[in-house]
Amino acid sequence: MAARKSTKKPNVSADELKTFYRDMLLIRRFEEKAGQLYGMGLIGGFCHLYIGQEAVVVGLEAAAEEGDKRITTYRDHGHMLACGMDPKGVMAELTGREGGYSRGKGGSMHMFSKEKHFYGGHGIVGANVPLGAGLAFADKYNENGRVTFTYFGDGAANQGQVYETFNMAALWDLPVIFVIENNQYAMGTSQKRSTSTPDIYTRGEAFGIPGEAVDGMDVLAVKEAGEKAVAHCRSGKGPYILEIKTYRYRGHSMSDPAKYRTREEVQKMRDEKDAIEHVRDLLLSGSHATEDDLKAIDKEIKEIVNASAEFAKESPVPTSEELWTDIYADVAPQNA
Amino acid sequence: MATEILMPALSPTMEEGTLAKWLVKEGDTVKSGDIMAEIETDKATMEFEAVDEGTIGKILIEEGTEGVKVNTAIAVLLEEGESADDIQSAAAPASAPEDEATAPKAAPAQAKAPEAPKADTSPDWPEGTEMETKTVREALNAAMAEEMRGDPSVFIMGEEVAEYQGAYKITQNLLDEFGGKRVIDTPITEHGFAGIGVGAAFGGLRPIVEFMTWNFGMQAIDQIINSAAKTLYMSGGQMGCPIVFRGPNGAAARVGAQHSQDYAAWYAQIPGLKVVQPYSAACAKGLLKQAIRDPNPVVFLENEILYGRSFEVPKLDDFTIPFGKAKIWREGSDVTIVSFGIGMTYALEAADKLAEDGISAEVIDLRTLRPLDYDTVIASVMKTNRCVTVEEGWPVASIGNHISATLMERAFDYLDAPVINCTGKDVPMPYAANLEKLALTSVDEVLDAVRQVTYR
Repeated sequence: MAARKSTKKPNVSADELKTFYRDMLLIRRFEEKAGQLYGMGLIGGFCHLYIGQEAVVVGLEAAAEEGDKRITTYRDHGHMLACGMDPKGVMAELTGREGGYSRGKGGSMHMFSKEKHFYGGHGIVGANVPLGAGLAFADKYNENGRVTFTYFGDGAANQGQVYETFNMAALWDLPVIFVIENNQYAMGTSQKRSTSTPDIYTRGEAFGIPGEAVDGMDVLAVKEAGEKAVAHCRSGKGPYILEIKTYRYRGHSMSDPAKYRTREEVQKMRDEKDAIEHVRDLLLSGSHATEDDLKAIDKEIKEIVNASAEFAKESPVPTSEELWTDIYADVAPQNA
Repeated sequence: MATEILMPALSPTMEEGTLAKWLVKEGDTVKSGDIMAEIETDKATMEFEAVDEGTIGKILIEEGTEGVKVNTAIAVLLEEGESADDIQSAAAPASAPEDEATAPKAAPAQAKAPEAPKADTSPDWPEGTEMETKTVREALNAAMAEEMRGDPSVFIMGEEVAEYQGAYKITQNLLDEFGGKRVIDTPITEHGFAGIGVGAAFGGLRPIVEFMTWNFGMQAIDQIINSAAKTLYMSGGQMGCPIVFRGPNGAAARVGAQHSQDYAAWYAQIPGLKVVQPYSAACAKGLLKQAIRDPNPVVFLENEILYGRSFEVPKLDDFTIPFGKAKIWREGSDVTIVSFGIGMTYALEAADKLAEDGISAEVIDLRTLRPLDYDTVIASVMKTNRCVTVEEGWPVASIGNHISATLMERAFDYLDAPVINCTGKDVPMPYAANLEKLALTSVDEVLDAVRQVTYR
């Protein structure tokens, strides 16, 4: 990891640290539970877990304001939980039930929440990047001061439409933050084997878009970088690129035999760089929390996740009438 | 409580697998993420990780066992403070509920008995309305200007739509009236700006995305289908995409294979899209205004050769034409000719010539291909008992093929002859003038087809 490490003393309150711990832990435990339900056959199809990358979304959500938008690709459960979507609705969508965010018609990769300004959940690598710039286009058109977090991976960063979008976003000063979650593997192909230069954030230079690399295993560094990017966008200066160097512990999807990296590499990351352990250490070493405080949080999270799994199992499958609904809108949707 | 570790499904298609190797033994402690076993699936050998913390109390399935069904208990995990004595048979593992909601209901249109449907023959505008002569180009331009005046969230983007005044002058003067915020020149980057348009529609605007031609729109087809058409469904009705993709479609003249292609059948196949291909200026205007107001993504297929043709257009402050309503251009009793877009030029000319020979042809302009006005076509064929379809697109899986199949299902007993599809030839468009003419359909082909189905 050639990423920047925050060296100064964290400028963060005990409450905020605890929130980070809680929010990241929620994602991890939720994803572990999702993996378990997948193994039991309750979740089908593709299921891409976010375990290891939790600090990225939690740090950036801390930099967002009410009304800001977010859009991502298919490794999307973490983004949904971080922006405040209900774990029950997310898990029930994973099990394909009526109580899911898309009433069982979207699945793991296609979920949305108008209320939380979460615009998906998109299954085509790179296709959400112009969509995110389009959301920012609408915000600029409406002069509402909002910014859009457009997440994609190191793999998507090699799609042509990303650069078409960089060009137009810079040309039109769109308030969009391009968040490259570089977890080092595009499915099974390492960045070294897929990407001609090591620093993806520098690819904005050709379009005049500023960018920087961020240590994605350090939630405080992510938040700080996010605040800088948000300030840049909100002030009307156009897009900004954050390349957040992170790591996924699990396979690309549930059916990934993971022969492209060693077990030791993964274990080393878990042991030395884990984002949740990092915050845990900060909380304990700074005497911001006791072991008991953290145990209480662990328990609360376990209950939330178990409740979401129960809900997702109990929620009925969609009625057969659902097959035929939502193909066309009858009235103009109020998306914004 | 002791928990059973179940044989996991490690791929979307796995039903059973081989427990190749245990990497833990009874008494070992594990924590989340530790590899416990290697399992051979139908696709690969996978490492199986622990999810919960605990101690392996008992291994229930020996390594090397083949054909272990998914969800079979393979080991028992003990929590802190439990011993192997606590192991008892846990309840049967949860399994996916039976899929009771399986049988898809047949599309209502296909389930009906073959009785004569009622065609909507109401006029598009009140009788006696004053008319004026306009080109298709002027009509399209006026439709956009009127809608932009009425709704500030409507904007247009595309290559050369603003300062150049439109590659085919469809957007002429819009920049002057509405300014650069709403009339936006894009770089040559169809995939990207189509995606930005879709995102803007998600964000509450009503974009008109112009493709200089639909041939270039093929670069953007993923955004049109995967993002624009499917998102309402995938979001359970939350996210709509009110957007119009428009531009000239089909063969122009002597521009060769890459610039001459009719996308009618391509887009008509996609649920979630509405697909329009107008012929006359009045239809172009009324349908484009409708398209801009529609809350769904609309593919609007124009034609370069028709842009300069003049037609009578109603002189009304505001009129729209609903989707899914065909227009009967000419009533007749001997044969039904079904067409749309530029295909109508062949259909109408053929009908004139047939009249000279005493054959009375009814000519139907579909106008919209999705939704498609089946009722008008079927009611007409039940009257004439014969049908010929006309389009410039390729023959395989053409709109004509679909009409033929529908007539066979819904009006089989009324057909006195097989339906014939007049289409473009099954070749890339050649450049040479004589070959290009051969590649398209023609009035003569329509005449031959009608003579065949009427046995004359």
